Amino acid sequence: MIETLSSDLVFWSRAQFALTAAYHWIFVPLTIGLVFLIAVMESMYVRSGNEFWKRCCKFWSRLFAVNFAMGVATGIILEFQFGTNWSNYSWFVGDIFGAPLAIEGIFAFFMEACFIAVMFFGWDKVSKRFHLASTWLVFVGTCLSAWWILVANAWMQNPVGTQFNPDMVRNEMSDFWAVAFSKTAAVKFLHSVLSGLMLGAAFVTGVSAWFVLKHREKKFALSSIKLSSLVGLAATLLLILTGDMSAYDVSKNQPMKLAAIEGLYKGGTSQDLVAVGLLNPDKKTYNDGKEEFLFKISFPNMLSFLATRDFDGYVPGISDIIEGGYTNSDNQRALSFEEKQLKGRQAINSLALYRQAKADKDTAAMNIHARELNDNIACFGYGYIDKAEDSVPNVPLCFYSFRLMVLLGAYFVVFFALMLFLSKRDMLHKYRWTQYLAIVSIFLAYITAQSGWIVAEAGRQPWAIQDIMPVGIGVSSVSVSGVQTTFMIFAILFTVMLSAMIGIMVKQIRKGPQN
Amino acid sequence: MEITYSFLQHYWWFLISLLAGLLVFMLFVQGGNSFIYSLCKDERERMLLVNCTGRKWELSFTTLVCFGGAFFASFPLFYSTSFSGGYALWMIILFTYVLHAVSYEFQTKAGNIFGRKTYRFMLFLNGLAAPFLLAAALSVFFTGAPFTVNRDAFAMSAPQMIQWQSPWRGLESLANIWNILFALSILFLCRYLALQYIINSVDDESFVLKARKRIPFNAAAFLLCFVAFFVHLMLSPACSYTPADGQIHTVQYKYLQNLADMPLVAALLLLAVALLLYSLVRTLARKDYKRGIWPAGTGSVLATLALMLLAAWNNTAYYPSLTDLQSSLTIENSSSSFFTLKVMAFVSLGIPVVLAYIAYVWKKMNKKRLSSEELAESEEKY
Repeated sequence: MIETLSSDLVFWSRAQFALTAAYHWIFVPLTIGLVFLIAVMESMYVRSGNEFWKRCCKFWSRLFAVNFAMGVATGIILEFQFGTNWSNYSWFVGDIFGAPLAIEGIFAFFMEACFIAVMFFGWDKVSKRFHLASTWLVFVGTCLSAWWILVANAWMQNPVGTQFNPDMVRNEMSDFWAVAFSKTAAVKFLHSVLSGLMLGAAFVTGVSAWFVLKHREKKFALSSIKLSSLVGLAATLLLILTGDMSAYDVSKNQPMKLAAIEGLYKGGTSQDLVAVGLLNPDKKTYNDGKEEFLFKISFPNMLSFLATRDFDGYVPGISDIIEGGYTNSDNQRALSFEEKQLKGRQAINSLALYRQAKADKDTAAMNIHARELNDNIACFGYGYIDKAEDSVPNVPLCFYSFRLMVLLGAYFVVFFALMLFLSKRDMLHKYRWTQYLAIVSIFLAYITAQSGWIVAEAGRQPWAIQDIMPVGIGVSSVSVSGVQTTFMIFAILFTVMLSAMIGIMVKQIRKGPQN
Repeated sequence: MEITYSFLQHYWWFLISLLAGLLVFMLFVQGGNSFIYSLCKDERERMLLVNCTGRKWELSFTTLVCFGGAFFASFPLFYSTSFSGGYALWMIILFTYVLHAVSYEFQTKAGNIFGRKTYRFMLFLNGLAAPFLLAAALSVFFTGAPFTVNRDAFAMSAPQMIQWQSPWRGLESLANIWNILFALSILFLCRYLALQYIINSVDDESFVLKARKRIPFNAAAFLLCFVAFFVHLMLSPACSYTPADGQIHTVQYKYLQNLADMPLVAALLLLAVALLLYSLVRTLARKDYKRGIWPAGTGSVLATLALMLLAAWNNTAYYPSLTDLQSSLTIENSSSSFFTLKVMAFVSLGIPVVLAYIAYVWKKMNKKRLSSEELAESEEKY
């Protein structure tokens, strides 16, 4: 029974992964942000002995628990999907990709699973200090988990510390430290954890503002807002810094992603950064000659500065990357798509010849083809891509998601500063609009986090692993109807569970910390 | 001692086997949930049962995730073959785990939309299905699966490395009587462990008495199924490989031969059986004996460990292909590279620390047995 990789199969496999990841990313940032705030509140309780802080901890812990369960439920599907739906991928890079996942399981998940039981049920079973340590260890566990999963993700976007083994037909790890502590991973980790803190802070601020709006639990609400808006403000300001680091990293390792984010088709020196703009919907391909924008407002030379740390630096556009010929960040002549495609096809052909030579036990031929393969391996993935257009991510999706994320990020700086000021001055109750704004901001924080995820993941398409494996090559040989069925089941299940979670949270909030 | 590639492959299979053993032990959580309707006569008892197993659900869940992650890191070819090939079976297992994860937290909370009974049913469903299906999915270590592996696929324009030759995508394993027997034995073992855990951790005489009464049936059912499966295993042919060229061939009584060739594994299996029987006899003989979970748990970990070692060590193909013998997976042809296994071996040195803090926290949290009074007074409960 020989099945072929149909575009439908690739589409539905991607859709299922995107669905699961999008749902998972609803719960994970809140887990990170909320447990940090709970740990800070519990530290205040242990330090001061004031039962008020214990009550705060218990209230937020109840909401945390419901959210955590959903994070776990979606997370398990995400992990096993690499095997169920991406089996080619799992073999081709499992030697590198599996390790961070295993380390995450052994060190992060067990830490979370073990101490979360103490956090929820241990109030009367262990000492105050042990309980506090457990709560902090849950936070440490979530951060460790974030680190290792982002190491895996970062490696997909910037595959370092690896070499291809033609005997096993897979990529193998050659430098653990390069994989585990790559700059891309560090930047991603900081950006993701900080976005979790921002979302957690927005959640606590919004829920607490509801109590202010209802004239209930004033002390609880104000104390929570003071803490959460301080954490939120700090996190959002730091996010600007890590966002900048992230953009710089992307410009070095994924120039096509940066070009898509900017809607930049024809690059050059002294490039402007588009602040707001409307893409021309008639522009379908990079070389159709149509204008990129209907209108745009830009910051002069800022894109060059962000990408090269030089206001006059050269930033390639989509056409430049496809046509090649410019000097890239490694001071090398950038290859055109056609050149890369040719090298990729040569690499694939060399692999086939190497395998044949190996079967024939022809050592001399094996050495020749291994050398050829090695010379072209950096472009291996391009051999599977038919057209230059297929190497370009979805420009409107990347462009608008990025702007939404940045715009909302800027909004949250102002929002948290305002909430901090009003709560410190005990003036929050005077301005009802700020209370409504805080409630709405919960949803805005989720949109910000989701937009960031879309930029990161949609921007790297068509690559599962940058330059090495296009997404379509990684899928399992499963029937399309099978994947469609599981997609529908999980879409319904997650949506229903999310509705139940929201229902429970609303009831818990209405009960308030007193009950 | 020189660390060779072969040593690391054997070492990592040992760790995977140990994780499998711990997973079987932790499936007492599921075993407990399979008793929701039969063991509990009222809400008080249901609350006791759900809260007693519920405080360990994250650990049980994490052990499964870790088992998957460790397999991915050390034997990626098994990960890609089994999970993609057995797509339908694994998706059903994962589906029940999703239900399981939310049901504990949601069941008694106001606003949960579907009401307590629905979530309890989900726990029951996972309680029955997860141990049974997980065991069925892993029993193919001994009975094989219909797959082919083509490493040359990446030299094609649309590579299809793993091909599964059955449209049932893993569910075909449920048509094999020996897989069913193995799955039943694991299900009854989990139920037996759950009863032992209840006896150990619940402070309610009448409820514990009911748990005790169910011990003989579940233990007998486990032993019956397991012995039948084990005898079949010893008498069956299995796939062996020649280390020099990796060629795979069928050998009669291979697993029996493995027992003879690996006396330590045989001793491990005997010790496991002895511990399981000890826990059973002592629990039946003494009404005040409450610590049966520890010999039973240790026995189940060791029994699983020994079975898994029988499946892969001593040049045995641990995942036989029913359609192309040479596609069968061995620890040599499916493992990660020497470098990755070595790195991960260093990482594994941290596992005792993880086990130590889990044991410490377990002891602290289970120091006082769970009672209805504690549940009535506690703000935090499932």
